[in-house]
Amino acid sequence: MAKRATRESYGAALVKYGANENIVVLDADLSKSTKTDMFKAAYPDRFINMGIAESNMMCVAAGLAASGKIAFASTFAMFAAGRAFEQVRNSIGYTHLNVKIGATHAGISVGEDGASHQCLEDVALMRSIPGMVVINPADDIEAQLAVKAAIEHEGPVYMRFGRLAVEDVNSEDYQFELGKGVMLADGKDASIIATGLMVGEALKARELLKADGLDVRVINIHTIKPIDADIIEKAAKETGAIVTAEEHYIMGGLGSAVAEVVCATHPVPVKIIGTDRFGKSGKPAQLFEEYGLTAANIADKVKEAISLKR
Amino acid sequence: MDKKRVKELSIIANKVRKNALTAVYSAASGHPGGSLSIADLLTLLYFEVMNVDPKNPKDENRDRFVLSKGHCAPALYGVLAEKGFFPVADIKGFRHIDSYLQGHPDMNKVPGVDMSTGSLGQGISVAGGMALAAKLDNKSYRVYSVLGDGELEEGQVWEQAMFAAHYKLDNLTAFVDNNGLQIDGDVSKVMNPNPIDEKFRAFGWHVIITDAHDFEKLLSAIEEAKATKGKPTVIIMKSVKGKNVSFMENNAGWHGSAPNKEQYEQAVSELDAKIAELEAMA
Ligand SMILES: Cc1ncc(C[n+]2csc(CCOP(=O)(O)OP(=O)(O)O)c2C)c(N)n1
Ligand SMILES: [Mg+2]
Repeated sequence: MAKRATRESYGAALVKYGANENIVVLDADLSKSTKTDMFKAAYPDRFINMGIAESNMMCVAAGLAASGKIAFASTFAMFAAGRAFEQVRNSIGYTHLNVKIGATHAGISVGEDGASHQCLEDVALMRSIPGMVVINPADDIEAQLAVKAAIEHEGPVYMRFGRLAVEDVNSEDYQFELGKGVMLADGKDASIIATGLMVGEALKARELLKADGLDVRVINIHTIKPIDADIIEKAAKETGAIVTAEEHYIMGGLGSAVAEVVCATHPVPVKIIGTDRFGKSGKPAQLFEEYGLTAANIADKVKEAISLKR
Repeated sequence: MDKKRVKELSIIANKVRKNALTAVYSAASGHPGGSLSIADLLTLLYFEVMNVDPKNPKDENRDRFVLSKGHCAPALYGVLAEKGFFPVADIKGFRHIDSYLQGHPDMNKVPGVDMSTGSLGQGISVAGGMALAAKLDNKSYRVYSVLGDGELEEGQVWEQAMFAAHYKLDNLTAFVDNNGLQIDGDVSKVMNPNPIDEKFRAFGWHVIITDAHDFEKLLSAIEEAKATKGKPTVIIMKSVKGKNVSFMENNAGWHGSAPNKEQYEQAVSELDAKIAELEAMA
């Protein structure tokens, strides 16, 4: 199976879909890491280095969008959603301008750089902005299609990409639809709803649970906002227990978004897997182990959720 | 500019001031001081300098204006109404629940507003983005933006100062409303932004210092900015906060408080007297 980091997919997709003269890509001295250097090589006239000034970058992107451009603003998730939150909120969100935020290096899978660079709150922050679309793709194929969808969508989009190479979970003929969850495997005993690189772990957990005689549904939510309420409500009704998995704080991310839907439509037990503290330095695999972002932990939580069924 | 035109603009500027005060008085909240200090500039921009059409407010070739010091929306609404972007009577709805005239400028609700602002430091960056877009598209429109002198304390302003010079945005003209006051008092005492001119010069801008309340000097500064190639221009305007309302002039207390009925009536009568005096001039 192919393995690629979604930040690379971002760079590749910008080149692939970047012929549109209206597209301008901004970066804040991280183009080698965010992979916008690929776009820079292909379309140097439409690449703008902003220097290390993320707040200014977000507002310049807003000004470009207000003048008819599709502005991609790229930096690490920590600085896009964190440092520049209020610029995104006021100059991009409130104005509903056509800015696409390419946020790479999200989550603890950043690894060795440690907590200062491991953004675990971006989904919560971005999700709270009215009108903001939030996408967290699971693999290369999905990440590239997310960029295409972002270009086609009119309005602000936050795209969350990772540093770590991840295996494909989707096939080449995969159809991406903004705002629509994808049932990757059906099941009746419980549902695992995952996003980003936890989708692969969710599929592995499903295999582990088979050994225990459990038949579990796996849903990939790439668009965390607007969330696909239908697929979640259906999962609650048909399987009666839900476990969510994401590389983000338990508070405010995918789990919260799913719980909001479940509470309002068809209440069933929901177990949320995510981080509960700052990250730290280490190899990504070690960090996943320590923070419980593993197939084994998902499988355990599925059993707990099933035990809570009424 | 001939004397007749100066007189006409002076009359409009005082009407803009009246509109701004009517807005703040009707809302019983808002920012009169800094609105009065930029009334002359906004009048000059909208009635003499900028290529804008109230009938086609989104024309893609129009000149852009970004009120980076967005709290002075009463002046912006005041001038947009005088220019015909919306009825002057609507000014009374300022900050009311059923009005489109939001407390701070809103590009999606108010005709003629090019950017939503209010959070200090952001508007000037957006203006830089607009100027960059014009360069990328080989368009000749110009972008104007007004900063407060207190606003210069925001670090983001200097991120943009570096950016606009780096990308040689000579189609961007920034104004600093140098009224010397911010909410907590004298800018030099709160967090001294001076020397403003040397800072911008060091960042690579063309710098002009002029009088915020002299149309001829302001216009020639703007012409000089237009003629300056390869770098952005900042026009530092020495201004009087609360200009033309005697009891508001140079008083930090009028930064963000509304006049009561008696004060409002006195302010209007002072402005009416100025207008009558101008109209009586040969
Ligand atoms: C980011 C931000 N911080 C604080 C405020 C609150 N605020 C509104 S006006 C103002 C003072 C502005 O002073 P100045 O820029 O000198 O404006 P002027 O004197 O022209 O009214 C402050 C602190 C704000 N609007 N935005
Ligand atoms: Mg001031």
